[in-house]
Amino acid sequence: MPDNLLEIRDLKIEATVCPPGGRPHDITIVHGVSLKLKKGKVLGLIGESGAGKSTIGLSCMAYGRAGVRITGGEVFLNGRDILKSGAADLRALRGKEVTYVAQSAAAAFNPAKKLMNQVIETTIHHGVANRAAAEKRAVSLFRKLGLPNPETFGERYPHQVSGGQLQRAMTVMALCPEPDLVVFDEPTTALDVTTQIEVLAAIKEAIRDTGVAALYITHDLAVVAQVSDDILVLRHGRMVEFGPVKQTIEDPHEDYTRALVSVRSIVHEEKQPTTEPLLAVESVTARYRGTNFDVLKNVSVELYPGQNLAVVGESGSGKSTLARAITGLLPPSQGEFRFAGRMLSPELKHRAREDLRELQMIYQMADVAMNPRHTVGTIIGRPLEFYFGLKGEGKRQRIQELLDEIEMGKGFIDRYPAELSGGQKQRVCIARALAARPKMIICDEVTSALDPLVADGILKLLLDLQETEGVAYLFITHDLAMVKAIADSIAVMYRGSVVRYGPKSDVLAPPFDDYTDLLLSSVPETELGWLERVLAHRRIESAGN
Amino acid sequence: MTRIPISALVGLVLTGVFFVVAVFGDFFAPYGMAEIVGDVWEPSSSEHWLGTDAIGRDLLSRVIFGGRLTILIATAATILSFTTGSILGFTAATIGGWIDQALSRFVDLIMAIPPLILALVVLSVMPVTPVVLIVVMGLLDSTRVYRLSRAVAVDITVMDYVEVARLRGEGRPWVIFREILPNALSPLVAELGLRFIFAILFISTLSFLGLGVQPPLADWGGIVKENKEGLVYGVAAALVPAIAIAVLAISVNLVADWVLNRTSSLKGSRGA
Amino acid sequence: MSNPVLILVAQRVALGLLLLLAVSVLIFTGTQLLPGDVAQAILGQSATPQALANIRESLGLNDPAHVRYFRWLSGILQGDLGTALTNGQDIATALSQRLRNTLFLAFWAAAISVPSAILLGLIAARYEGRWPDKLISGATLATISLPEFVVGYIVMFLLAVKFRWFASVSIIHPGMDFLERLNAIILPVIVLVLVVLAHMMRMTRATILNVMQSAYIETAEMKGLRPFTIVLLHAFPNAIAPVVNVVMLNLAYLVVGVVVVEVVFVYPGMGQYLVDHVAKRDLPVVQISGLIFASVYIGLNILADVISIMANPRLRHPK
Repeated sequence: MPDNLLEIRDLKIEATVCPPGGRPHDITIVHGVSLKLKKGKVLGLIGESGAGKSTIGLSCMAYGRAGVRITGGEVFLNGRDILKSGAADLRALRGKEVTYVAQSAAAAFNPAKKLMNQVIETTIHHGVANRAAAEKRAVSLFRKLGLPNPETFGERYPHQVSGGQLQRAMTVMALCPEPDLVVFDEPTTALDVTTQIEVLAAIKEAIRDTGVAALYITHDLAVVAQVSDDILVLRHGRMVEFGPVKQTIEDPHEDYTRALVSVRSIVHEEKQPTTEPLLAVESVTARYRGTNFDVLKNVSVELYPGQNLAVVGESGSGKSTLARAITGLLPPSQGEFRFAGRMLSPELKHRAREDLRELQMIYQMADVAMNPRHTVGTIIGRPLEFYFGLKGEGKRQRIQELLDEIEMGKGFIDRYPAELSGGQKQRVCIARALAARPKMIICDEVTSALDPLVADGILKLLLDLQETEGVAYLFITHDLAMVKAIADSIAVMYRGSVVRYGPKSDVLAPPFDDYTDLLLSSVPETELGWLERVLAHRRIESAGN
Repeated sequence: MTRIPISALVGLVLTGVFFVVAVFGDFFAPYGMAEIVGDVWEPSSSEHWLGTDAIGRDLLSRVIFGGRLTILIATAATILSFTTGSILGFTAATIGGWIDQALSRFVDLIMAIPPLILALVVLSVMPVTPVVLIVVMGLLDSTRVYRLSRAVAVDITVMDYVEVARLRGEGRPWVIFREILPNALSPLVAELGLRFIFAILFISTLSFLGLGVQPPLADWGGIVKENKEGLVYGVAAALVPAIAIAVLAISVNLVADWVLNRTSSLKGSRGA
Repeated sequence: MSNPVLILVAQRVALGLLLLLAVSVLIFTGTQLLPGDVAQAILGQSATPQALANIRESLGLNDPAHVRYFRWLSGILQGDLGTALTNGQDIATALSQRLRNTLFLAFWAAAISVPSAILLGLIAARYEGRWPDKLISGATLATISLPEFVVGYIVMFLLAVKFRWFASVSIIHPGMDFLERLNAIILPVIVLVLVVLAHMMRMTRATILNVMQSAYIETAEMKGLRPFTIVLLHAFPNAIAPVVNVVMLNLAYLVVGVVVVEVVFVYPGMGQYLVDHVAKRDLPVVQISGLIFASVYIGLNILADVISIMANPRLRHPK
């Protein structure tokens, strides 16, 4: 019996990429990674997107997506190198010794077949059990993972159940054939924060009960800390650090790991509200034309000059809709906006140019927020022309200054967005907003699409600019860790209403309303044992009700 | 830098040749278009490289001048369909509201009938002159261009960068010409090629059915019609313009395919 | 079948009928572009003004447009398709045999092209990027670049003239038996198949590729299922609806192809009928023929939509 269930030695993976308008060429995704996993243990694989985590996970069953090839190294599963196995052998081990839980369960299930069929398919196909036994096992796993009506759950079709339930069903599908190894590929990333924690707990319990070994892939260090025994840190396809979870988090060896752990430790002193708000949202109610329900209900919040208001909530809470109302894209049916002492016209087309200039916005997806056919120079230069009439040399100089402020050199003026990295794109968007010399900027999930380190840099930049330019920010976000770090005041939104609002220290101090309580307790912490504590807390609460 | 695949290169060259010969037909054609110079359906010889046609005219000259007519009509119809379709499509996409609804429903109605049928119905009451043909073909085909340009414009209009321009206070002209149009060009240019091919096939079919270009003028379709009786006797005269149509259509298709492949990799790069 | 499906299907059919009505208006008004000369067309250039006025009166040509339209429409709904201008024949009787002939031709063309398109699409998708795919795709690219009459004459030249395997025209008459009829239409069927097949196959290929690249196929591969099992149990159920949809949409090409092919092979069907009478400017015939072709075209599109609706699992099994 080999010592390690899974042993990967010096794995090298390449891919062929076709950049737009260019020639296809090969790049190396994984540069010689090695790891060991014992039976019954969980290894957390953490890194930014593009670090190669999924590719390594798939290589555990010698699978490569289109255009991706394993070009070197060995993958030993139960003692044999599966990279040398033939197609038939691979088919025998896939779904039986190794199973896979994909990131998007909704896409991974066949829409035309019932869930039970798909869940027990491998178990029957590989002869692990007959149909009756497989169904029994599936039902007991449904129950274990907390799915509603476990007896009849399998009779439903994928589109009839929610995202969180599908993710759990996918886990059942992976555990049903009693595999040796399960590869979890970012299973909770696509879920809401409040659902995430339940699914996470369910997976952890299931792993422990079934004694299966697991490779847990994620970009969230806190999540990894809650479920793994060991951690492997990846960066740009290379191993940075590998060790037991407690040691890696509390005493990291490498700089990069250290940065990942402390990524949310930006320091910002909370400012107190002044007398005159810069922007006052007063009792705003709004609905989309042609619908019969309000998406914003009697919302009132204030943003003070040079300060940060964080509007938090999950998807559907109305936080992005609030931004659309403030900018005039969604005129409210009731209520009004007061900005810098004057009333803002509810509709965009009636607003004065000065109003438009002083209120800027930055978006979540920087790719889509910039016209791909415009150069960086045009993107930053247009507000200068439009608002200040700058031209020629004067304009070019000002563009230079702005580029310096966002810490990018003048070589970028003639580049196109497609040539920039994620962080650079967002910086250009910031420069574009700054070019108008605004009094406030709405930041709509500006770091959600970025990797933690890059996001950190962007946040630091925004705070620095706040010091020098005195601009106020309205942050729309679901990232509570970021809110705790940089907000001055917080508004918690749920289904179109503000359920809690005030200075940060007030909002974050108990006693909480039910929703805020749920929200705050759902954010994974890196502290070990946090997950168990939260779950115990919840169990006590629901037992008491 | 992009590499042009061989197929597209061949397509480009051939299309170019056709256009040059069409424009400068007078230099290339050995005889006049209506001159009777020989016997009926003479085989090819040094005097008549492609032989003669059903009433003794030089086939090569006929084909050259016929090609000029085909390409002229097709080009004019394509320009008409393109300008009408894209302007209306962009307008519908950016203005929205009832104008968009009315235009789109009307276009749906016209597209509910096969174009050939509708053309036949209309041509049964109109005088059949080249101008009428261009107008009928151009308007019928503009429906497809309308749908495409509207779809492309709608796709682009919902992008955040268009919203950014609107929030800045930019007027409609800036939004259409500086934000939307530059991003709409690629798919539209690919469509231009396809519309041109369609126009060539369409006018040839109409002329072949006797409802296109009327004698004494003749385009390629008409020349096929004039010479089709000969086929039964083994005279391949009718095949010459037929093959000319085929080669031109395939050449333009090769180029259009290449442009289409380039544009689909620009939109949403999914890489490996 | 559950309610939402029935409702959607009924809606789609109702919409289709509405469209058909609108198309009839379009066709009717399309022929009113040059007003008044119907009388001239019947009586010829040398008719006296009095004779022209009489004819206009008797044909009801002086009534306003919408009255004439409703008269025409109600006639159709009662089975009276009017009389041809050129020879005074009752259109309905002249039409029925020709319609049967055209349907005969179209049926055989469809019967051969549909299975072939699906099969070739499967092969091209299975060997995507490799030589079978390139070969098939290249051949179809060539075919769709050609107008139908070009394909027709090339086929005729090769098979009827050079090799003398078949007759070059496809005359059929009521006296022939089934096999003779089949023999007569072989060439036009070949041409129609070539044309329709090319379009259809490109789309079935794209549809199958789309299904094969879905995430749930990847899941099936990672379960270690055999390729054949994957195609049969996972891909196929999801591919049926889109493929059938594509097939229906492309059968519409038959509608147009039939017109040209009938002229090329001198086949006595609806297509010939329409073309002949357009040249003679026989409006009643043109209107009716155009309406029939349009109805078939619209009908096929409705059928395609209905199948899509019925096969959508989200609609068949609502939450």
